[in-house]
Amino acid sequence: MKVTLFIPCFIDLCYPSVGMSIVQILERLGHTIDYPEELTCCGQPAFNSGCWDEARDVAVRVVERLKDAETIVIASGSCGAMLKVFYIELFQGTAYEQKVQSVANKTFEFSDFLVTKLGVTDLGARFPARVTFHDGCHGLRELNLKEQPRTLLSHVRDLELLEMPEAETCCGFGGTFATKFPMISTAMGDGKCASAQETSAEYIVSNDSSCLMHLQGLLDRQGKPLKTIHLAEVLANS
Amino acid sequence: MTTHAQQFSSDADRTTRDLEQRAQIQSALRSYEVARDAHKSAFQDWEAARQTAAEIKWDAVNHLDQYLSEFAEKLQARGTQVHWASNAQQARDIILNIIRANNARSIIKSKVMTGEEIHINEALEKAGFEVVESDLGEFIVQLRREAPYHFVFPAMHLKRGEISELFSRELGTAPTDDPEELTMIARRVLREKYITADVGISGANFAIAETGMISITENEGNARLTCALPRVHIALLGIEKVLPKLRDLALFLPMLATAGAGQALTCYNSLYGGPRQPGESDGPEEFHVVLLDNNRTHLLADKEQRDALHCIRCGACLNVCPIYRNVGGHTYGTTYQGPIGSVITPHLRGLQDWKHLSNASSLCGACTQACPVKIDLHHHLLQNRRNAFTENPAWREKLTFKLFRLVMNQPRVYLFCVKLSRLIQPLHRFVDGTRLDPALGWTKTRKLPKIAPQTFKEFWQNRK
Ligand code: SF4
Repeated sequence: MKVTLFIPCFIDLCYPSVGMSIVQILERLGHTIDYPEELTCCGQPAFNSGCWDEARDVAVRVVERLKDAETIVIASGSCGAMLKVFYIELFQGTAYEQKVQSVANKTFEFSDFLVTKLGVTDLGARFPARVTFHDGCHGLRELNLKEQPRTLLSHVRDLELLEMPEAETCCGFGGTFATKFPMISTAMGDGKCASAQETSAEYIVSNDSSCLMHLQGLLDRQGKPLKTIHLAEVLANS
Repeated sequence: MTTHAQQFSSDADRTTRDLEQRAQIQSALRSYEVARDAHKSAFQDWEAARQTAAEIKWDAVNHLDQYLSEFAEKLQARGTQVHWASNAQQARDIILNIIRANNARSIIKSKVMTGEEIHINEALEKAGFEVVESDLGEFIVQLRREAPYHFVFPAMHLKRGEISELFSRELGTAPTDDPEELTMIARRVLREKYITADVGISGANFAIAETGMISITENEGNARLTCALPRVHIALLGIEKVLPKLRDLALFLPMLATAGAGQALTCYNSLYGGPRQPGESDGPEEFHVVLLDNNRTHLLADKEQRDALHCIRCGACLNVCPIYRNVGGHTYGTTYQGPIGSVITPHLRGLQDWKHLSNASSLCGACTQACPVKIDLHHHLLQNRRNAFTENPAWREKLTFKLFRLVMNQPRVYLFCVKLSRLIQPLHRFVDGTRLDPALGWTKTRKLPKIAPQTFKEFWQNRK
């Protein structure tokens, strides 16, 4: 299958190994990758800040470039929710409505693509560590991604998956919220890290690098040994 | 920033540091979650029940004019006086006039959030009347002269010791750590008041159009006494409280108890249909219902957010909200705290003054998932943000997102920015986390992520 890959801006910039892991995994499964280099961001920061005109201008380019794709895979639950849910809201009642819907229909978050679309659950990965999985809110509540990542992790060799208390509670990132209300965002993040630590896990795994960026930032600032890693990187490990 | 926004930020700054309080609230709400889930499973299909509830409320809200007049006519037919108040001032005047016309001195109240909304206690006290709250939580916060911390659990922020101390100070009772004894102290004070009060004021959880009755749900029995004993009764309720049919309660009563308090049903559920009828032995001689708009029609006119009027004030969205759990109820500075408060306060009290509440959300959606009547809460927060920006764009935000659009829509500019950031980043460590740091909002508590030596785009280029 020809898979068009959408790499969100902050993954491109700070976490390229997430994208590389996805390329590696999908190619190993025999798919061809089409990567639209001219795409950067889905527009979510503008959308979340109420600047819907600017968000629309960014989104139009994305939709125009993706509209002819066969299947689109996106490396983040949150940006996935932007394409699949919030774009629909953004373009409601405009001429773009149909196009946006058709892009949404063929867009998959990475773990969902593997499990739901391809029916692949075992990638032959090995990751000798205790990990706990953090559900990014957009992936969980907008896209219903609860079982997919866990199914994938359950097939990773030597990996012990430990569920943390309140796994579904927000980590406190929330995009611009994190810098507009740093005290609340930090209090929420501290709670999340404490839950993860309670499990004795060595890694927090998630399918959303944005949550992990926030959590890793906190952990680093506090000098805690707990580490964060994206699901794709775990699955690409052998 | 408006003063309300500044207040919110500085209070949030303080409350998020109060680890003891945070732990107390979170542990209380965790026990609530366990109880709620246990009772949710008593519903054959909770999701189907939510859908039905949402549809009933949709019908009620979209035919509000019809149902309200039906409700009023039925009440009037049994001798109730129905009053319409378009704003808080009118509602206060109506209530004061009723009290004065009856030469009343003392007033007993059961829990009524619309009363908080119109600041009725202050108005009554200023006019020289004695007002006593009869709901235990409300009684406690009234003694402390503070606002409810949570619109369902007004005193949830207080520990037993604090309540005991408060009672000793205000009522002269002996200190005790026994919750039953504390309840008994309040009960002794209140019993006296029920008997001497001339007027009882209550709210209503539901207003049944079909039969012209108000439904009140409670756990302490205080609302029953408030409604039954005084000679005059006044019920103050928002116009959105309407349910079309009596049978709708079969769904809404257990749903409210489950979502709101983690109970199968609250201990007392009463229906009131007006004053004492000929031949009846008890009940108030005069019965007044005050229907409050106070900008609810503003919400009604908003097609996108009209469903916020479905709210049955169960408090479930507060209970699951990570923001509420961390900043606590007083930080909001509103009558209605938590997600629903953040959604409706801008409509009730002005968008520009209260838009910060819509920004103070990580948009996690836990509220929307919890809401028994399926209000699209977190999407409404996004719409409030959009409306606030469209109406009055802050120049800094405007500039930021014009630049954002430029960078994201011009791959060359994007690449240039990547290179530039990579050059600048090593310098950041000199200001990291200090007051000179332009990214202090992030770096005060978090390290910034590093820009990768090779971005994904560069990796792809090389690979080709
Ligand atoms: S918005 Fe929904 S969850 Fe929140 S108080 Fe109202 S009914 Fe309950």
